[in-house]
Amino acid sequence: MIRFLLLRLAQIIPAFIGVSLIAFAFIRLVPGDPIEVLSGERGIDPERHAELMAKFGYDKPLHQQYFDYLYNLAQGDLGASLVTRKPVLSEFASLFPATLELSIAAMLFALVLGLPAGIIAALRRGKPADHILMGSALTGYSMPIFWWGLLLIILFSGILQWTPVSGRISVIHYVTPVTGFLLIDSLLAGDIDAFQSALRHLILPAITLGTIPLAVLARQTRSAMLEVLGEEYIRAARAKGLTPWRVVLLHALRNALIPVLTTIGLQVGVLLAGAILTETIFSWPGIGKWLVHSIFSRDYPSVQGGLLLIALCIMAVNLLVDILYGMADPRIRHARE
Amino acid sequence: MDPAFWKHFRRSRGAFIGMIVVAALALIAVLADVVAPYAPDTQFRDALLLPPAWLEGGSWNFVLGTDPVGRDILSRLIYGARFSLFIGLIVIALSLCGGVLLGLVAGFFRGSLEIVILRLMDIILAVPSLLLALVIVAILGPDLFNAMLAIAVVYLPHYARLTRASVIAQSKRDYVTASRISGARNLRLMFITILPNCLSPLIVQATLGFSSAVLDAAALGFLGMGAQPPTPEWGTMLADAREFILRAWWVVTFPGLAILITVLSFNLMGDGLRDALDPKMKRA
Repeated sequence: MIRFLLLRLAQIIPAFIGVSLIAFAFIRLVPGDPIEVLSGERGIDPERHAELMAKFGYDKPLHQQYFDYLYNLAQGDLGASLVTRKPVLSEFASLFPATLELSIAAMLFALVLGLPAGIIAALRRGKPADHILMGSALTGYSMPIFWWGLLLIILFSGILQWTPVSGRISVIHYVTPVTGFLLIDSLLAGDIDAFQSALRHLILPAITLGTIPLAVLARQTRSAMLEVLGEEYIRAARAKGLTPWRVVLLHALRNALIPVLTTIGLQVGVLLAGAILTETIFSWPGIGKWLVHSIFSRDYPSVQGGLLLIALCIMAVNLLVDILYGMADPRIRHARE
Repeated sequence: MDPAFWKHFRRSRGAFIGMIVVAALALIAVLADVVAPYAPDTQFRDALLLPPAWLEGGSWNFVLGTDPVGRDILSRLIYGARFSLFIGLIVIALSLCGGVLLGLVAGFFRGSLEIVILRLMDIILAVPSLLLALVIVAILGPDLFNAMLAIAVVYLPHYARLTRASVIAQSKRDYVTASRISGARNLRLMFITILPNCLSPLIVQATLGFSSAVLDAAALGFLGMGAQPPTPEWGTMLADAREFILRAWWVVTFPGLAILITVLSFNLMGDGLRDALDPKMKRA
């Protein structure tokens, strides 16, 4: 297991260095040199320009600049936002819980509907239920989620008026942040109205963001179940006279879930990419909206830092999934070693 | 074409429907000048935000209604099909060529070259595709061509990894050894002996990749980082219409529906191709 872990780490470190190089290069590749970018539209006189170039170390050789950048990174210094002047790391940290809350809600939505849909489709293979479920899954998989979100707004916020159009909570509520998750914080504060408001704001974005993972999970669960249902040990379990439900839920599902676990891990990248679109549509104050906003306001240090932190999150989750996978199925661990 | 392949492909009704829709879309795109009732940028000042024809206040002159500046939505959608298919083709051509080349080199020569290529692909995969595309477009400047380039880069790893895996599998076969013994040089071995036998999974991936390219290009357009208005690109049309969603649902609904239908039919076709070409291959 230790060997396996070290091997995975050895694969991740080059990828991390690569991403840090991209982030480092990004601010030097965008049109205009870093000082021009930092000084914004107003421009800057040449003397001050040279002075600042020296102050921020942009006149040093590139490799020196890169090592300085890594040195700052190691100390948690990702630079400061041009718009708010706050450190990028603390901006990211303050917005991340919103994205995390949305992503967890989306994943729950996907799991609660996707797993049963996949199981039912596998058990009714070739029957109308299978065709309908898999047809819907392929449609969900093909969905342009930025359009799907707008459709949900038209239906539920416009016509039915059930849910609010945008934001995370009504402005009339104030919840003291403890965990950063509004649903939990409002319950901790005992404020039921705030909880309801947060929940109503969360539903549409969570459905929007969860649709593609839902489709992927349903398809993956179906094929994993079909594979497992053909195994000898399932026949043995049936032959023993176990009830069909016991066979399906205890014997088949447990083994089918192992590949599904990897799929869940892979969906983290999909969720973060989807969050960019979903948060933009619903004005959800998370890192996706922040990144798009930063790109448009040419707040490049924020984009640079956000890029690095998001890549770091994804690599961490993938590593975690690999470890879980190795623990759940010893065959994998040994095959990869 | 191999008759067994056709038998498999036709047996799947979904794949067949997908292929027909794709063919129809291609035809519409090519014949846009003939099929579309109006030019995509003609503005009818006395017909702003007209609803579709079957609704009260609609007119059969504008079957799917008009947008906020009085352009016919149907005509814009028809011209938009050109952009979507063009985007898909260019992106697939770029990332397929690049990816196949990288994968072929990695799988054929192995060694340190392979490690370098694989690690490079890992870097691209470590960042969510849409975010990486956004960053690349921020560097190059927002326009349609840069968006296509960015999406092509983002999809490189899929083709590179797939090619590498099949090249490694094929290289061990006897026919490759036979060809090597009879004196074939590396380039001949790579491109003429091995590559043609690695094509099936690549064809499947390219078909499925087409739909992702259309989707991502529309997403970039929607975020204002792809095709710029007044280009009748579907994602850009959606972005333009966003502020009217609660007043005029049709300006938002139809462009999105066009994207969904295109993406869905390519996915149907890709699924059918995969089942027909290689039943064992699973969707990545």
